[in-house]
Amino acid sequence: MRLTVWGCRGSVPTPGAATVRYGGNTSCVEVSLDNGTVIVLDAGTGIRPLGQKLAGSGATRIHVLLTHLHLDHVEGLRFFAPLWSPQVSVDIWGPPSPVSSLEERIARSFSPPLFPIDLRGVPAQVEFRDVPRDPWAIDGALLSATLVVHPGPTVGFRIETPDAIVGYLPDHEPALAGAIGTRPPDWISGGAVAAGADVLLHDAQYSEDEYRQRIGWGHSSVADAVAFARAVEAHRLLLFHHEPEHDDAALDRLEEHARLLADADGLGPALAREGMVVEL
Amino acid sequence: MAATRPKHLVLILARELASNLATPTLITDERGSLVFYNEAAEEVVGRPFAEVGELPLEEWTTQFAPRSLDSEEPLPLERRPTGVALYERRASHERYQVTSADGVDREISVTSFPLFAHADELVGTMTIFWRA
Repeated sequence: MRLTVWGCRGSVPTPGAATVRYGGNTSCVEVSLDNGTVIVLDAGTGIRPLGQKLAGSGATRIHVLLTHLHLDHVEGLRFFAPLWSPQVSVDIWGPPSPVSSLEERIARSFSPPLFPIDLRGVPAQVEFRDVPRDPWAIDGALLSATLVVHPGPTVGFRIETPDAIVGYLPDHEPALAGAIGTRPPDWISGGAVAAGADVLLHDAQYSEDEYRQRIGWGHSSVADAVAFARAVEAHRLLLFHHEPEHDDAALDRLEEHARLLADADGLGPALAREGMVVEL
Repeated sequence: MAATRPKHLVLILARELASNLATPTLITDERGSLVFYNEAAEEVVGRPFAEVGELPLEEWTTQFAPRSLDSEEPLPLERRPTGVALYERRASHERYQVTSADGVDREISVTSFPLFAHADELVGTMTIFWRA
């Protein structure tokens, strides 16, 4: 399995000279299975360049897994090149809602005044699927999704193959559901999908000082991300969903802070950055 | 031992809420298994949750000898608020008698309601009770 980070910025794209090292595209991670299957995690603006690559490689079947439908996780979908090819099948998975279907919710962003082309005008073969409550399989990988603490229906994902486990919780505030580290992992929000992950990509939008001003906004401090990774016994932590106000220098400092917090845990915390590739 | 399902987020949040309430509160999962009761409930239950732990439906609902106030006849689960919340998926209230784990007979008022998650799925019940 190979992970490629195409976007790890939170909330809003931040292009510019001050963010070139970590990148300004919003959430998108490509998961390539050994059998060639491509699973895309979230459709932030990072999915646009990924789509160009996939279109060039001739991929005909792609799974897009959406953690939730906040704009920074779906804003790139309309510019995902495979959607504009009739030869491609795209399965879009996302959290269920009691109010409207996944297709209806996504269709809003494919309609005026937000976009000139209606979802019905998309030429690819698109299937919309609610993530099931129980684990399901995609081409040899076992996937699971659980609702996690974040405003609105939001899930975290777990992708498991015989060789590796990946946990993906880009928008997550577990501290809101009780002190992390004082409970068994299955009583921690997101604990089930992150437990024992070889690589855990987790929200770390804020410094601890910033978090104290933004409790309830749905995101974590670096310290909480480290505590969460420790509680679920993840093996490696990639800090994700970088605060738009943080330039590269600020993110360097947060990474150093995370390493000090993790100390001898062996988590080797690092900040995700665009273009980062993790082989598992 | 059968594998347990991961705890649904709604149960995790309900437990956190209950932990911070002074009202005796008990939480079950969607199968009726007892997954938590708070410190305030310990006086009525008679033992701390840390000692009792999670219990399947058939175990915890047969404890405490629940019986009607009038006839002292055993009150079946289906007629108790937790049973109504689980099986009929609606809120319910009742007063009845129990014998706590410490052997003391107590008259309690009980209100239960089902917990539905985003997809309208039943993920558990929450029960609040107090000495009548």
